[in-house]
Order: sequence, then C-alpha cells, then structure tokens
Amino acid sequence: MDVQYVFIEPWTTEFSNTIWIYLMGFFVASACGLVGNYLILRRMALVGDAISHSVLPGLAVAFLLSHSRQTWTMFLGAMLAGIVTTLLIEVIHSKSRVKQDAAIGIAFSSLFAIGVILISVFASKVDLDQECVLYGEIEYVASDLPVLIGSTVIGPAAVVRMAGVLLGTVILIVLFYKELLVSSFDKGLALSLGVNSTVVHYALMATLSIVVVSAFESVGAILVIAMLIIPGATAYLLTDRLPTMMVITVIHSALSALMGIHLARWWSNSATAGAMVVSASILFALAWVFSPRHGLIRRYLKVKVLTPEPESI
Amino acid sequence: MNFLPIHPPWSGRHIPRTLYVCVIAAVILFVFSCPSAMAARIGEISETNIGDQVYRFFTLQDPSVRYTIAGCILLGTCCGMLGSFIVVRKMALMGDALSHAVLPGVALGFLWTMEKNPLYIFVGATIAGLIGTATVSAIKRTTRLKEDTALGIVLASFYAVGICLLTYIQHLPTGNKSGIDKFLFGQAAAMGREDLILMAVVCVICLVMVYLFYKELLALSFDTAFARSLGLNVDLLHHMLMLLLSFAVVISLKAVGVVLVSAMLITPAATAYLLTERLSRMIGIAIVVGMVSGIAGAFFSFLGNNLPTGPFIVLAASLFFVGAFLFAPKHGVILRWWRTLNRRKRTIRENMLKSIYHVLEQRGFDAEGVSTRELAEQRRETVEDVEGTLRELNSHSLITRHEDGNITIFTPDGWQRAATIVRNHRLWELYLTNEASIAADHVHDDAEIIEHVLGEETVMELQKRLDYANLDPHGKHIPTREDIEQRGRHQKPGTLTSGYGGQV
Repeated sequence: MDVQYVFIEPWTTEFSNTIWIYLMGFFVASACGLVGNYLILRRMALVGDAISHSVLPGLAVAFLLSHSRQTWTMFLGAMLAGIVTTLLIEVIHSKSRVKQDAAIGIAFSSLFAIGVILISVFASKVDLDQECVLYGEIEYVASDLPVLIGSTVIGPAAVVRMAGVLLGTVILIVLFYKELLVSSFDKGLALSLGVNSTVVHYALMATLSIVVVSAFESVGAILVIAMLIIPGATAYLLTDRLPTMMVITVIHSALSALMGIHLARWWSNSATAGAMVVSASILFALAWVFSPRHGLIRRYLKVKVLTPEPESI
Repeated sequence: MNFLPIHPPWSGRHIPRTLYVCVIAAVILFVFSCPSAMAARIGEISETNIGDQVYRFFTLQDPSVRYTIAGCILLGTCCGMLGSFIVVRKMALMGDALSHAVLPGVALGFLWTMEKNPLYIFVGATIAGLIGTATVSAIKRTTRLKEDTALGIVLASFYAVGICLLTYIQHLPTGNKSGIDKFLFGQAAAMGREDLILMAVVCVICLVMVYLFYKELLALSFDTAFARSLGLNVDLLHHMLMLLLSFAVVISLKAVGVVLVSAMLITPAATAYLLTERLSRMIGIAIVVGMVSGIAGAFFSFLGNNLPTGPFIVLAASLFFVGAFLFAPKHGVILRWWRTLNRRKRTIRENMLKSIYHVLEQRGFDAEGVSTRELAEQRRETVEDVEGTLRELNSHSLITRHEDGNITIFTPDGWQRAATIVRNHRLWELYLTNEASIAADHVHDDAEIIEHVLGEETVMELQKRLDYANLDPHGKHIPTREDIEQRGRHQKPGTLTSGYGGQV
C-alpha cells in the first residue's frame, strides 16, 4: 500500500480537490441520514429506495418542459415525482389487496421505466445521463462552477447547494420536531394532539425528494439510498433516544465520507461514492457486533448468562 | 426433512400440466434449433419502416428476434412463478434487494476469467445473492432492525461493493470488458446463445423444484407455524426459495437490468394476485402475464431502434397490473365501486319499503295506501327526497302510485320485501337481547345494518333458536312466513289464524 498516495497526498497536494469531495460526501450523507432516521422509525426504509428511483421521470419531464437545468425546476420535478410515488403506493395498497411492499415495487419500477424511456427517446434533448444517475461522479464535484458572492469564491455550486439543502433539512426538523416525533411513534397520540399525520407524511416525502434530487447529480442513487438507511440503522443499534440517534447519524456520515475517500484511493481509484457506502457498511457492521446494548457480543454474553451450565452428573 | 405428498400446481382442474410441458419443450427446441450464425443484432438495425419492422418481428426471420422472444418467455416463466411466492409472503422487496445484491458476484465472476462467460457470472452472482439473503435473515434475527431496514442495508452495501468492483474493472488495462455495464440497464438483444441455454436450464431447474416442493412451499407461504408443526424444515425451505430466486434474478439481469428485475418478480405476480384466490392459478396467471409482457417489451424495443428492452417489459407488465387493478372481477376497483353503489341504492329502497310498512302498521293495517306526506314525517326527510325514492321503487315495480302520486300502495313483491326486511330487523333485535344480553334500547342500530344482508338460511336458524317467538323486544309483531307470503292481500299480520281480514 502506498501510504503517501492513499493518506498524505489527498490532504496536501490535492487538498483543494479533496476538501470539496469530503464536504459533499458529508453533506449528502448527513442530510440523507437525518431524513432517513424518520424513515427507519416509520418502517418506510424502502420508500426511500423507491423515491430515489422514481425522481428520474420527474427530472426528465422538468427538463423537457423547461429546457433548462435550473435548480428550482429540478427540485419542482423531483418533488412532484416524489409525491406521485407516495400517492401511487398509497392508492395501490389501500384500494386493492396488494400489500405495501408489492405496491412500492410496482410504483417505483413503473416510474423508473418511464424515466429511462423518456431519456432514451429524447436522448438528444435531455442532458441527463442515466448511468450518472446511478453511479454519480463525486470525484468531479470540485470542478463544478464556483459560486461567487461579490468577488469572493464560496465553493463549487453543487456543494453550496447541498449545504443549503442540509441547512434547510435541519431547520425543518428543528421546527417540526414534535410533529415528526409523535406522528412517527404514535399516530393515535398525534391525532389527539391535533397533528395531521397525513400532512406530515407527505411533507416528509417531499423533503426526501428534494434531498434525493440535490444529492443525485453529483453522487448518484446508490450513495443516496445507502445514506438514507445505513447511518440511521447504525445509530438505532447504539441508542434509544432520537436526539442522540441524530447526533450519531451525523458523526457516522462524517466518518464514512472520510474513510471513503481513502478507501477509493487505496482501491486503485474505484468510485468514491461507492467506497463511501462501503465504509458506511463497515461502520454498521462494527456497531452490529460491538454495540453495548444491542450488539452480537453483548447478545451472546447475555444468552450465556441466562442459560446456566448444565450440572455435571 | 419430511416430504408431503406431491400435489403440483398443474394437477387437477386448474392449469393443465401439458401446457407447461409444451411451452418449455417448445422454447428449448426453439433455442437449440436456432441457427448459430449471428445475424444483425436488434440494436444495429438501421431501417426505420415500421411496417417492415413489425413484419420482421412476427415472422421471426432474424435469429436475434427469436433469441429475444425465447429469452423473454423463459424469463417470464421463471420470474412469474417465483415472484408469486414472494408476493404472497409479503417479501416482494426481497427481489429488489437480491437484484442489487448480486452485482458484486457479477463483477467477481467476470474478474475470475476476465471474460463474459455466463456460467462463471451466474455462479458468482448466485453466491452473492445467497450471502445477501443470509445477511438479511441475520440482521433481522439478531438486531432490533425491521425487515425493510435490513433489506435496505443489504441492497445498498452490496450494490456499492459491486459498483466499486465495476469501476475497478473498467480501469483495468486488459480484458474484454465491454458490455459488463449492460447488467445495469439490460438489453435483451444482447443475449447470446450461451445465455439462452443457461436460461433454459435454470428455468427447468426452477420448474422441477417448485413441482417437487409445491405443497411445502404452499404451507411455508401461507402459514409458517403450520409448516413447522408438520415437521418441515422451514429455514431450509426458505433458503431454497431464495436460491431459486437468485437464479431467476441472475438470468433476468441481462435482459432487464438490475433496477428493473424486481418489477419482473413483483408486477406479474401482483396482477395475478388480484385475479384469483388460489396459489396454483396465481402462478399460472403470473407466468402468462410475465411472458406476454416480455414479448410486448421486446416488440416495442424492436420497433424503436436501440431502445432499452427492460423498461418496455416493465411498462407492459405495469399496464397489465393497471388493468387488473381496475377491472378484476372480484378485487377490481371499478366493479367494487359499482357493487358498493348498488348495495347503497338497494339499502335506500329497502329502508323506504320498511317505512311504508311502519306507517301501515301504526294505523293497524286498516288502509293499504300511504301518503307521501306521512312517509316524509315517518322518515324525517323532505317530501322531495321521499318522492325520488318512491319513483325509484315504482320503476322496480315494488309499489304502485295513485291519485297523482300522492298515495302509495305495495305491489305483492313490494309487500314481500318490506315484510322480510321488518322481520329481519326484529328477529335480530330479539336475538341480540335474548342471546347476547344487550339492552333492548341498544340493539336498533345494529339491526338497521344487518337487516339488509341476512340470508334466508340464517333467518331460519335464528327463528329456530328463538323458538319461533313472534314479538320483538319492543313488543311489536315479527312478520311470519305466512305474513310475508300473503303477497299483498294485506291480511293484518299476526292475525291469520283468527280469520280477521284487513282488506279495504
């Protein structure tokens, strides 16, 4: 292993590049992770997966109608696609005897198929690459157009936009903390407190779509799906309290982005986004084994304590 | 492991076994009789005349079209059959997770030989799929994370490993790596002869396994506890099903791609689930839907040059689902809505008939006509509302209307229906007070609902249990069979034996 290449160079000669990749990975992972916490608590982890696929036709339609890649049209298209997906899932499983899991599968696959067809038919007009949607190209994030305030360079547009989305997500969660909490844990209590669970549900899905689409272009669907689920799941194994869970989620995101950068370099320049997910999975596996309260080791010891040694005859 | 007597899905009156055998045999013959000379692949066709394309597709003159159709038929069979099991087991998204989880296996299978040998890729992908499903089970068993989260973790992490390996492969200097990315989106036209042979073999293996273990899989799907109590090794069966599922996913990858494989497993099976109640029939329908959408997808992708096949197959399957969702005879939205509407209308009619009976009863059945005003007072509705319902009753010949529509008289049918409803209502009230010990003033609302749905057999049973009592908890007369069958002679109910006639 080339220590110089893997560990030193990114933070010395290539610092100006690496820092943006790192920040982007961290912003994406923590924004996704924070929304993902609620998905896990609401047992809707795979709805996140579904929406991250079904924003594709939303993006394609938004692009075809507006002929531009402006941020707000993209956000609007994605938000609509997210809400349509949620509605479709709801309609299929409440109006027929098809269960929710199958409804999710049907809804997202049809929408994704429509998206792929739209992109292939209008390939000359749509500047969207389906493969980029899947892999993403976080490596090139630093070369994105810089955002200027006056004459000061703040950073590449993608990173600045993602920072804005993360900030918005955090503000929304802080403002509606109580509503999200009660509607996630106890629908009955939410009703008695006057919280409209349906509105909260759709608002959460709309937020999710925005987070997904802003992360999409630069990091791809895999990182999004993974970061919706893995940080929250790791945190869920380590704590029983929602605020602590959120803090752990953010720490997890920071660590996996860092590990991912080095892992990708060590692994002869494989996809950085993929390497970040692999790092996140490794952290999850560590939590699974070593978690003080829910870990495998603890579980094993507990079983041993509870079943006494058979007495020798 | 105990074996239950073999009872395959195609035995008995459902789908004839011969159909399956014929289809599979035909496909296998078809594949092997294909000339091995490679003609132009679908993607390379350049002429754009649609009529020509349609002709070429349906005359099967191109080997590539034959390959594609054979592949889609095999794929539809395999996915439809196995998808049925995961849909009824509420594990539909297992297919989604599996299709992503096999990706590292695909890449490793490629790295093993550095060429796209379908067999190595198949073995690698199957192993990766099995490790994936085992990890899902392990996470579910040993942590407090729920199934959806466990699936999501496996899906994302395995897929990420796969992507890393794929980019690694693309950075390699050697090897015929072109086309490895076809696994992401799928191109049925890129299937070769070896792919098809592999598909046929896998398809036969899946059919044979499901044939042999049908009873066991049935028990596992609907009642795991029951399956366990029969002495079946439930875990082994589950892993066998997952193995077959990995097979199906791997052979579908090339045609429809990673993202859309799950649709091939879920959508045809969910369509069939709306159309039938029996697993054997569901499997049959799912296979047919899978095959037909496969062929339709291949057709459309052939029409528009160079369009990916997978999305079209998925869209065709989704259209079938929409059709079943709307028009299925028993579970379809439209027919269900129509039935509800009819039931609601019938309830309104029956309530009006009941009110006419009540008005007549309050007057001791001394006249056979009832005025609209009286009915409006009885029902606490406006005269216009009553008028509308009466017109409806008239058109069903349940009543006749006299004196410019002001006086309503039962027809014999109308009398019968009204007396039946009143009888049902009062019998039920009596039953609830006597047998369920509910207070007499609490039983009305319940009876108000049940009166419209009680069948003749239930009524007879109720009468027997209540010793043919003829007074309800409020002291009113319960119409008897004789009362109902007077058919409008308007004998005063309950006084038949006394010989008193209430005719006017």
